[in-house]
Amino acid sequence: MIRLVGILIGLGFTFVVLLAFVTGAYTAATEDVAETAEHVFHEEAHGPEAGYSFDGPFGKWDLTQLQRGYQVYKEVCAACHSLNYVAIRDLEDLGYSEAQVKAEAATFQVPGVNPDTGEDEMRQALPTDYFPSPYPNAVAASAANGGKIPPDLSLMVKARHDGSNYLYNLLTGYQQPPAELAEEFPDFTIPVGGYYNPYFSSLVIGMPPPISVDGQVTYADGTEATISQMSQDVSAFLTWTAEPKLIERKSTGWPVLGFLLFATILAWLAKKQIWASAKPRNASRRED
Amino acid sequence: MSFPWAKEYQPQNGLTKFLDEKLPLPRFVYNAVGAGYPVPRNLSYFWNFGVLAGFFLVLQIVTGVVLAMHYAANTQVAFASVEHIMRDVNWGWLMRYTHANGASFFFVVVYIHIFRGLFYASYKPPREMIWLLGVTIFLLMMATAFMGYVLPWGQMSFWGAQVITGLFEAIPLIGPPLKTWLLGGFAPDNAALNRFFSLHFLLPFVILGCVILHIWALHIPGSSNPTGVEVKGESDTLPFHPYYTAKDGFGLGVALIVFMTFVFFLPNMLGHPDNYIEANPLSTPAHIVPEWYFYPFYAILRAFTFDFILPAKLWGVLAMFSSILVWFFLPWLDKSPVRSGHYRPLFRKFFWFGLIPVMAVLFVCGGAPAEEPYVMISQVATAYYFLHFLVILPIISSIERPDPLPFSITEAVLGSDKKAVLGENAEPVAV
Repeated sequence: MIRLVGILIGLGFTFVVLLAFVTGAYTAATEDVAETAEHVFHEEAHGPEAGYSFDGPFGKWDLTQLQRGYQVYKEVCAACHSLNYVAIRDLEDLGYSEAQVKAEAATFQVPGVNPDTGEDEMRQALPTDYFPSPYPNAVAASAANGGKIPPDLSLMVKARHDGSNYLYNLLTGYQQPPAELAEEFPDFTIPVGGYYNPYFSSLVIGMPPPISVDGQVTYADGTEATISQMSQDVSAFLTWTAEPKLIERKSTGWPVLGFLLFATILAWLAKKQIWASAKPRNASRRED
Repeated sequence: MSFPWAKEYQPQNGLTKFLDEKLPLPRFVYNAVGAGYPVPRNLSYFWNFGVLAGFFLVLQIVTGVVLAMHYAANTQVAFASVEHIMRDVNWGWLMRYTHANGASFFFVVVYIHIFRGLFYASYKPPREMIWLLGVTIFLLMMATAFMGYVLPWGQMSFWGAQVITGLFEAIPLIGPPLKTWLLGGFAPDNAALNRFFSLHFLLPFVILGCVILHIWALHIPGSSNPTGVEVKGESDTLPFHPYYTAKDGFGLGVALIVFMTFVFFLPNMLGHPDNYIEANPLSTPAHIVPEWYFYPFYAILRAFTFDFILPAKLWGVLAMFSSILVWFFLPWLDKSPVRSGHYRPLFRKFFWFGLIPVMAVLFVCGGAPAEEPYVMISQVATAYYFLHFLVILPIISSIERPDPLPFSITEAVLGSDKKAVLGENAEPVAV
């Protein structure tokens, strides 16, 4: 009885899902699925040619690069983008001394309260403060940017597939739309205030090219500030903001794996020895 | 509850004698996972995965309790509190990555455990209750994992919660009010996050209780084995300790190496980048997908795209729940007298060339965007899934001619079973 009911239910589901299949197949056969420009012209991120120092299981931070990247963030990105989850004290990880971080904090103004009157006022930031947002609130951020809030950058690298490489390609990928795009998709237009960038999922990004000329920042360490250099430096910096424990994590992983390997070999030897007495002698064992 | 030749616990010193008299916990452990539990001597490494599942359950509870000390279940601060764990809590990143990947590995080992049960038909008498409890544990795990994924309050948390609770809306009449009641509002918000946190903390202990029942039920008939021939005598078994504790110890080591490789070197590979964006009810992600271990069931849900009497969405919901509920009925759907797939030629073909590839296809389609050809492929795969369990399995169990079984486990392992006397202890070997 239960098997009869089961067969009926099984055939019922099969019938309905195959009906859906037939209608879907009919639609697919009779209607052309229009290719989209996003699908054809989108390019996958591949990152800077030399890669990053933190790539791979043995990667390490390049602290001078992170410092340069921080400079690019501060002088370029911070005009519109917040960095909400990073505290100024965290900069000590980039190789700055406590005094340097204190001095750096003093260059920021954060909202505070006057200790005498209790009124709102701006005060000098302390290392324990978080990086201040460029806008006082979300409405102001949206109003200043054509209705779209510039996203927070703290976690951007982890919030995109292959984020470190993606950011680099996005920053260096601004270009004129290719001629084939207009030929193949005559309806595809770039709206006012949009910029063509094949690495962006919709091909049109609202952010104007943030890094547009060589020498846009002047690096203290004398590195030549090409567009590519600035883009990879800031991408490296934002990799650190997204995953500050990245290198600590990888370097902790090796001793853990080493210990586990050792323990597993011991466990295997113990197992072998214990089972030796139970193994069949001169007998062929059935394969299972 | 065990075989007559099971070793008896002998308290050695004053303390254990005292305990054995007042609270025989050492005796209990000895009989459960010690030398007092005789186990078939021919278990393969596929029999390691029950212990591994138990290990990952405990790992999830331990890391989860620590995470709960630092997490705040409030939509205003939940996302930031997770970042606080990642950045400021000592070893917080390790706790969180262990917990997040631990969930994935819990599902990996449980899937292998379930499919081992399917191949060796471990659900057959006398082990039906073990199987029923196991499917119950799996359902509880799914609920727990889903609610846990909502807690970081990222984009996939929010939209996943929206989609999954939206499924209840498909139920006629009571659907919409039921969804509102479940969420404590019209959309996932603070009320939902709070109750999900509460339940996410509670359910693992319910799972633990079910696991205890699962193991209790297991100890009544004893473990199954790759031949599917029941234990006939002492030569068929070995004491759990030291033989299987040693084998499980080695298996655990291998599992931990793979697991820790993910935790330390690929911690976000099994997650979704969108969950590092804070939940935003006004911005829908391009592709809403559940966690990877739900992909096959998500594919079944989305395969129903045609309104046949009932709306397509309701069909999808019914099919998705049925796809797991059908497992409850396996002991009564598969009537073959032979358990092990090794001795069932027809069953084996459908298992390896039907069910396993179809699960893989459903897995790929569940993670793919809802567009052709994935929808069509998942429809064919879904049809096979239901046919396999509800039509093919009952039919082959009555038409199949199984291969000859070994007389006993000892014979299968050693090539002969001298002690066994044919006729005595022999089960009727069905053909």
